[in-house]
Formats: sequence, structure tokens, C-alpha cells
Amino acid sequence: MKSEIQLAFENCKKEKRPALITYTVASDPNKKKSLEILKSLAKYADILELGFPHSTPIGDGGQIQTSSHRAIKNGFKMKDAFQIVKSFKKTEKNKPVILMGYYNMIFQYGENKFLIDCKKSGVSGIICVDLPWPENKIFAKKCKKKSIVFVQLLAPTTTKERMKKIIRDSDSMNYLISILGTTGSKLKVSPKKILENYNKIKRINPKKNLVIGFGITDSTISSFKSASGLVVGSLLCKTITNSLKMRINPATKLLKTVYNLKKKII
Amino acid sequence: MSLRIKKGIPLIDQYDKNCMWGGKFGGNFVPETLKKPIDDLTKLFEKLRKDKSFLKERDDYFKNYVGSPTPLIRLDNLTDYLGGAQIWAKVVSENPGTAHKVYNVLVHCLMARRAGKKYVCTDTGAGMNGKNLAMVGKMLGLKVKIFMGLVDIKRQKKNVDVMKKYGAEVVPVTTGSQTLVDAVSECMRYFVANCDTTHLVVGSAVGPAIWIRICAWSAAQISRELIVQIKEEFGKIPKKLKLLNCIGGGSSALGFWNEFIDYDKKQVELIGVEAGGSKKSKKHAAPLTNGSKIGILHGSAQYVIQDADGQIGETESISAGLDYPGISAIHCFLKDTKRARYTSATDEEALNAYKLVSKFENISPSLEPSHAFAEAIRIAPKLSKDTVLIINSCGHSLKDSIIIKSKLGYYTE
Repeated sequence: MKSEIQLAFENCKKEKRPALITYTVASDPNKKKSLEILKSLAKYADILELGFPHSTPIGDGGQIQTSSHRAIKNGFKMKDAFQIVKSFKKTEKNKPVILMGYYNMIFQYGENKFLIDCKKSGVSGIICVDLPWPENKIFAKKCKKKSIVFVQLLAPTTTKERMKKIIRDSDSMNYLISILGTTGSKLKVSPKKILENYNKIKRINPKKNLVIGFGITDSTISSFKSASGLVVGSLLCKTITNSLKMRINPATKLLKTVYNLKKKII
Repeated sequence: MSLRIKKGIPLIDQYDKNCMWGGKFGGNFVPETLKKPIDDLTKLFEKLRKDKSFLKERDDYFKNYVGSPTPLIRLDNLTDYLGGAQIWAKVVSENPGTAHKVYNVLVHCLMARRAGKKYVCTDTGAGMNGKNLAMVGKMLGLKVKIFMGLVDIKRQKKNVDVMKKYGAEVVPVTTGSQTLVDAVSECMRYFVANCDTTHLVVGSAVGPAIWIRICAWSAAQISRELIVQIKEEFGKIPKKLKLLNCIGGGSSALGFWNEFIDYDKKQVELIGVEAGGSKKSKKHAAPLTNGSKIGILHGSAQYVIQDADGQIGETESISAGLDYPGISAIHCFLKDTKRARYTSATDEEALNAYKLVSKFENISPSLEPSHAFAEAIRIAPKLSKDTVLIINSCGHSLKDSIIIKSKLGYYTE
């Protein structure tokens, strides 16, 4: 059986556009609101990444750090992430959700228990920021057994030889980090250069869905239409921060943001 | 399965294919972007540690710039006052950087030069690492960027002034608790974005495995000097020797103990003293003493202060240099193999130790080694006169003058 993630990519391919993938943080600004936000995003996004916030996020820039700290301050616990996904899937049965975060949280929860709860709540995929290949081999295998997509990350520093090995061991979706930097960095390299690199990697195994993330905003997204999927995160976290400052409902504001993003890649 | 230390093999090389000590400490839990820089640095280190011209260059700097050996002195007055074991101090702070950090920093800067990198970045807590990198970087013509928590910038202002004097850029870190843990995170983020041009110096024996190894390898100079000095002083290694060292990240202790690992622990006891925090507070910076669970922090599996979910806990210590929730993977290994014994001293005990040592002796340890002195003061009266306690006095107190003055009402340099 094809995974929800694979089906989402296939639908987008039929429509000749990249999948729009959003990233927001569980319990940002609180548990109830973050569920409402997911539902808003689901109207236009194809795949939803839900971050489980960590206190020491070494791969994240300012916007996602702010969202993470806000969520932890508001009492986030790991079980909340699963409850949010479970409630979401009740109404949005076919919309794939990917959990994303740092390994210590999975490690403390217990890899096996984590995967059982992923399965129970309807999580389709996992991205673990600081569990690179080959250290992730055992965990990735466990994911595969549970039919959960373990998304491998590729970076501008990843050598070609290493790329091949990672892609060989990967599931149906891989994630290319566009530039040297943390999430939300400015694109230091032109979209053209990024796509050149993207195409080289895509040729290693054209069947695998390869998405681009880091530095994708409303002003850069239209340059990457040829990719299988595009991840927008920091822009959304920033929108939540700004909405809270202006005392407007972030879920309403994000609905407009995600609509605009979608319009630019159709 | 119980863990074992292998004899005759440096601790830094006793790790497995996953770069883990004892199969559970260390490793490389890093974003994909850092895998290549880690590989490159590992290859460079393995090459240079066998390269005679590099070793000569290193030793020349250790001898002529750092000044080797740093003194080993007997603390007669303190010994008489406590009335028990003989107390000695290896005054590692007697170098131009006034702390042991100079060894790691020098090796990293020499490596950066060989790698053709012009920029170096680092984290700092007490500011000793930052100060040393600023100093050495300037000497070797490197551009230096230092990440430091805002709380630490305020409480260790003297060191910040020195960093700036040497032309380094000090970047205030305002996330989280605004102390060392946040400075290390921010520095790593900077490195993720600039790893093509910049060489990362991690300020202690923490972080991904290669930084632990380089740091311990560099600081081992302390131990090489000490073993010679002990043999000169006593004719041989005393039958009852105890080496006491404060533990934050744990770099000075690894340097201080390196040559003594293979001795029987009944002959050479290794005692690590963590920061117990204030007597009145529940917070501390002593993950080994207080039985913290294994977790991942800054790319490395280690005992770390955290909650049940895996969020890193807040720490508290009067000494900025020990105020870190984790601990070097190699210390975790030494703890589980029972080669070293770990305990903690409170803020109050450390201050009291500073007071006694600076009153009786002509040395002025910073608040970090004052934690090790506190343990010496606790145990010395109970020990026989042929027991030799040596404390690594790895930092000078000048940087703490403001805190000490505010707590004791005076400060003696």
C-alpha cells in the first residue's frame, strides 16, 4: 500500500506543481491553537510538518527558536504532539503529517514507544534533525517496519558518494537543505544554483521525492516550482509571532499566508 | 556488560565506530550539514598528530608562549592548617591566558592555519576560553568571533574587556538562560552556516566526538608536565596520590589526569568536583553527582541535566565556567568504569575554599578550581600525612573579582 506521503506527491505531480509542505511547532502558541493552525494550513498545504519543540535546537534559526521556546513555556509535553496529530486526523484523514524534531526527545520517549504512538495517532513520517546517516540506520529500519517514512536530510556539504549511499537507504521522501545555515536563513545562493544542485541529486534516483527547505519564503518560493516539494517553516513561525503581537488570530492570518504561497507555485 | 578501560591506549582513541565511548557516550548527533566538516577535521587531526613538524610547532608554542612547565607547588600553610594529607597545587593558571584553555585554543588555531582557514569561532562561559582564543588568534593572525551568554557577559566583564582589547568580536547570546549552554548552541548554529570558511573551537571537551578528542589531546600537556614534576619531587609516583579537579565540561581534568589513567585507582585516585550550585537552591550543574540520565546535548550523548521529556534543564552555579548542564562523554566513561570518582561542592563551599587558599597561600584560584580546593579541604584532615593531594589550579581569580568582592566584601589577587 502506498503511503499518504507518496500519494500526496503523486497528486501534486498530476497537477504539475510541487507539494507545499508547512512546518509549525506543536503547542505554539498553545495546544488548542496549534491544532487550529494545522487545520487552517491543511486547506492549502499538501503535507504538514509538526515540530516537537526542543530547548536546545542547534539547527534552527531565530523564528523557529522563538516558536519552540513559546511552546515549551506554555507547557508542551511530548504526548501533546501525538494528541494534536490524533485530533487533526479525525477531520483530515488523508492529509499526511510528519513529526520533526531533535533526537533526545525521541531517545527519552523510547524509540519503540515513540513509533507505536506515531502509528496510533496517524503520523506518516519523521524527520530527525540531529540523527544523520549512518547513525540513523537502525531507527530508519524500525520506521520502515511500521510503514512510517523516515525522511533523510541532504546538505550542501554532503559529498556525492555519501549522497548515493543515503539515497540508497532512503524511503520515498528526502529533504535537501538548500544552503549552509540554520532554518530561516537568507538564501545566500541563487535559486538557479540551488536547482542545479537539486537536479544533480534528483538524477541519482528520480523516483524519490526530493523536497527543498531552508530559506523558502513568499518571495523565493516561485523560483523552485520544478522541485517535488517545498518546505516553508520560519515564515509561518514568524507570522504566528507577529499575529500574537498584533493580537489577531494566528490561524486566520496563516490561512492567508498559506493561500498566497500556494498561489505562487500553481 | 561492565565497561572497561583499555590499558596503553589513549582515552581519546578508546571509542567505537560510531565515535562512542563504552558504546553509549559521545557520537555525532549533528545536522547533516556538519558531517563533512567533522570528517575533514577528523582527517586533519589524525594526520597532524603524527606529523613531526606539527608536533614541534605545538611544543615550541607550549614552551615559549604558554611557558612550560607551569609550577607545581606545595601549599605548606594550608597543609599545616588542615593537618592531614599534603596539599599541592599545579598552578596551570600561570600562563599568559591565566587558564588551561590556552592549550586547546593553541592547537585549534595551529590546525586552522594548516587548513587554510582565516576565521575561528568559539563559545565561552567564564570567558577564559574566549579570552585565550582572542589572544592566540591575534598572535597567529586569525579573525576571532566569540559567542557568550548575556548573563556571563555581565558577570565576567573583565574577560570580555580583554577579548575586545585583542580585537575579537564578542556576540551576546540572548536565548534561553543566556549562559554557556546557549553560547555553545549559538556558536554551533554559526558554524553550521559558515563551516566553509570558519574553524570551530569548542571551548571544552564536549560537542561532537572530534572536538572532545582534540580538546583532551591538547590539554594533556598539563599531565605530561605533572608526571615529570611528581617524579622529580618524590622520586616516584607516591603510593597514595589523589588528583583533584573541578568539572564543568571537563577539559582541564582530562588534561590533568591523562598520564595517570593506567595507574591503579588505589594508588592514583582521580577526583572530579562538579558545581553543586547554591546551598539554598535546587538547581545545580552536577549531572554526574546527582545521577542525571543519559541524553543528547550539543551533538554528544552524555549524562545531562534534563526533564523526563528530554528538555535540557536550567543550571545554576556561582562559577560561570562550570555552569553547563552536560559533561564530557569521556568523564561519563570514566564514571561508569569507576576509574574516577565524582562529587560536588556548593557555591558557599567554593567561596570558602577561595577564602582559605588565598589567605594562606600565594595563589589565587578562580571560582572553578575553588570547587576542587573545597573537596581537598573536606578530605585532607581525614587523610594520612603520606597522602599527596594535588589540585589543578586551572584558572586565576581576577575574572571573578567582582563576584568575590560582592560575596566576601574584599578581593585579594
